[in-house]
Amino acid sequence: MKMHYGAPIIVGLVIFIGALCAPFVVGTAVTKTYKQPELKMPANEKECVESKEFMREKHMQLLNDWRDWALRDGKRTYTNHAGKEFTISLQNTCMKCHVSKADFCDKCHLDAGVSPYCWDCHVQPEGLK
Amino acid sequence: MKNNRRSFIKLAGIAAAGLALAPKAMASGGGAAPVKVNATAIHAAHWAMVVDTTKLNTAEGIEKLAHVCHAIHNVPTIPNKQNEKWLWGAPYDEAFPEQENPHLSESVHTREYPLLCNHCVNPPCVRVCPTKATYQRPDGIVAMDYHRCIGCRYCMAGCPYGSRSFNWGEPRDYLDLKKLNAEYPTRMRGVVEKCNFCVERLAIGKLPACVEASEGALIFGDLNDPDSDVRKVLRERFTIRRKPTAGTEPSVYYII
Amino acid sequence: MLEIALKGSKRYYGWIAFLLVLIAIGSMAYANQILHGLKVTGMSRDVSWGFYISQFTYLVGLAASGVMIVLPNYFHSYKSNKHMVIFGEFMAIAACIMCLLFIVVDIGQPTRMMNMIFHPTPNSILFWDMIVLNGYLFLNLLVGWTCLQADRANLPHPKWLKPFIYTSIIWAFSIHTVTAFLYQGLPGRHYWLTAILAARFLASAFCSGPAILLLVMMVTEKFTTFKMPKKALTTLVKIIAYAMCVNMFFFALEVFTAFYSNMPGHMHPLVYLFAGVHGHHELVGLMWTFIAFAAVSITLLVTPKFRNNMKLLPWTLGILVIATWIDKGLGLLIGGFNPTPFNTITPYWPSGNELLVSMMIYAIGALVVTVLFKIATGVKQEMGQSQAMACGCSTEDTCECTAECGCKE
Repeated sequence: MKMHYGAPIIVGLVIFIGALCAPFVVGTAVTKTYKQPELKMPANEKECVESKEFMREKHMQLLNDWRDWALRDGKRTYTNHAGKEFTISLQNTCMKCHVSKADFCDKCHLDAGVSPYCWDCHVQPEGLK
Repeated sequence: MKNNRRSFIKLAGIAAAGLALAPKAMASGGGAAPVKVNATAIHAAHWAMVVDTTKLNTAEGIEKLAHVCHAIHNVPTIPNKQNEKWLWGAPYDEAFPEQENPHLSESVHTREYPLLCNHCVNPPCVRVCPTKATYQRPDGIVAMDYHRCIGCRYCMAGCPYGSRSFNWGEPRDYLDLKKLNAEYPTRMRGVVEKCNFCVERLAIGKLPACVEASEGALIFGDLNDPDSDVRKVLRERFTIRRKPTAGTEPSVYYII
Repeated sequence: MLEIALKGSKRYYGWIAFLLVLIAIGSMAYANQILHGLKVTGMSRDVSWGFYISQFTYLVGLAASGVMIVLPNYFHSYKSNKHMVIFGEFMAIAACIMCLLFIVVDIGQPTRMMNMIFHPTPNSILFWDMIVLNGYLFLNLLVGWTCLQADRANLPHPKWLKPFIYTSIIWAFSIHTVTAFLYQGLPGRHYWLTAILAARFLASAFCSGPAILLLVMMVTEKFTTFKMPKKALTTLVKIIAYAMCVNMFFFALEVFTAFYSNMPGHMHPLVYLFAGVHGHHELVGLMWTFIAFAAVSITLLVTPKFRNNMKLLPWTLGILVIATWIDKGLGLLIGGFNPTPFNTITPYWPSGNELLVSMMIYAIGALVVTVLFKIATGVKQEMGQSQAMACGCSTEDTCECTAECGCKE
């Protein structure tokens, strides 16, 4: 069976598949040269609310739960896995240790290309200009 | 979705607690959810406020309280009809339009009345909100989750008291960013906001800011406790509420 | 069938290009609104819904109105409407899309729209409005498209479709009832707080909606070979006449209740709208225009001589559309918010930006109507159904082209 418009269709398909795969190709190249961002850790505090691994992977879920617990359930004291208590507050607990949004939050968020809307309302510790 | 996430964290928490051999954590976490009410928080079965308009009745007096409220809650001052306010003053005919009469005593007629969210027992705003961004806490406070608000403004149409403000533009454009209260957030554009009876202060054992600054003109307490200050003053003095026919049962009472 | 929409005259493509330009201009205004927030509108703390929500309300009526063609066809086997049904359904699709868009442009945080689904809240009427509108959109797409496809293949409409058709007829009433419930359950808004609001909405929908549909059909006839069957047309005009009378009767009931009871809350919005209060007379002229136009359109519709005058009919319908639009569009919204809860007046008028965004949505609606009507008229032409004849009658008309049939004047 003869294919109608065979050449343009095949060229189109090649371009489409190429465009589809391009991010992976470019991404692999970037990954080789990519360096983990260096976060500025709190000077006086070694322990976060939860373990480093937990915070790295699940801080967003934790913040979501903190929000609902504090606002909806009125429960604002969080007991971590080691039994230590923390007041649930982004501005008044988290950012009292992590004193700079730019040197901490933004480092990974910028690389990962995510822009959480926390700071549309919450006041970052370095203040607003 | 939320339940999955929550139960996941709970499971993760229990598992990690087991690994860390911390029986204390289990005990203090109360089993499942690792959260509890602040030890310093003050509680009520139903929070209510009584406004003594014989003491607080001038525009200046109310403005002073509004300033305190708006400063600690980072409420912007916008000089047009798209303004925002949590606490403000109005004359009798605007505050109590259904309860006016042509021969009101002069003092009642010339007073300025402080207005704020009534934290209704039957809040229409909660009834109409399509996302539960506005909700009623068990202690009667009608609170808002600004993270969830989609800005449909149905609550503003629903509120019979005009107590709700919408962030038509960027609120930070109208705030003095040097003087922000760094312990409280601002809001973002496109969400509704209103007085929250200072839940964030009640949680750390403080009374609402306006009550604290009112020098006794605002009485705040538990409506369900017969021995509370509000119940005592409600027993002794004649009070009215705004728009009783709306059936909302406001938790803010006015001594006239 | 979509391919029919791709083959058209220069004029057809020109019209589509024109609509696309309007959409582009309007979307720039919407981009401006996204960048700066809803402060670019004329809305305020006191009048917190405006032109967008009023257009939404009016267009829900247009969406519901198709049922005035569909219902006689299916419930009463009024087969004169047979070839008009598809246009009622396609108009409903466009109207539903415009309704949903007007909601989207009205909300402050459109990116969080899905919160309505992530956190479903059945006690909110807005939740139900979302369900009924999307449901009605889906039903009309399904029913309209399937029927037209069957028509094109010269097959009877599939049996499995019946339940969907009957559901969609009942559903049409539900969309406007639920939309009225958005308003009429609010304790502080006296102009809306009336048990008859849903009935008023339906009455106004069943006159204004078919009127708009007929006007669009008359334009369609100019550019295609389609010709409305005379019987379907005259029946629909009679329905419009009755619905408009009922609409104004319901309005009169409101006026009686408000003023005979002398309840301040019920009187104040009407007084503001028709006479003005506290030195504010912003809407007085418009509201009396509504009354005058309503009176004129009723006069023209109930008098057989005028009603059957096809030259006059577009004007009659146009006047009716303007009257109902002022009443249900602007008057209803502004009268609901004014007097404010403080018994004061905060005037509202849409801003230029608001009007441009609205223009974008209307242009999108017109585009959807154009494409869908192109497909529908294309299929009708292929099948030779309801086509214009040289004498000016439709092939569905059984007249002998005598003087009485009116096709020769």
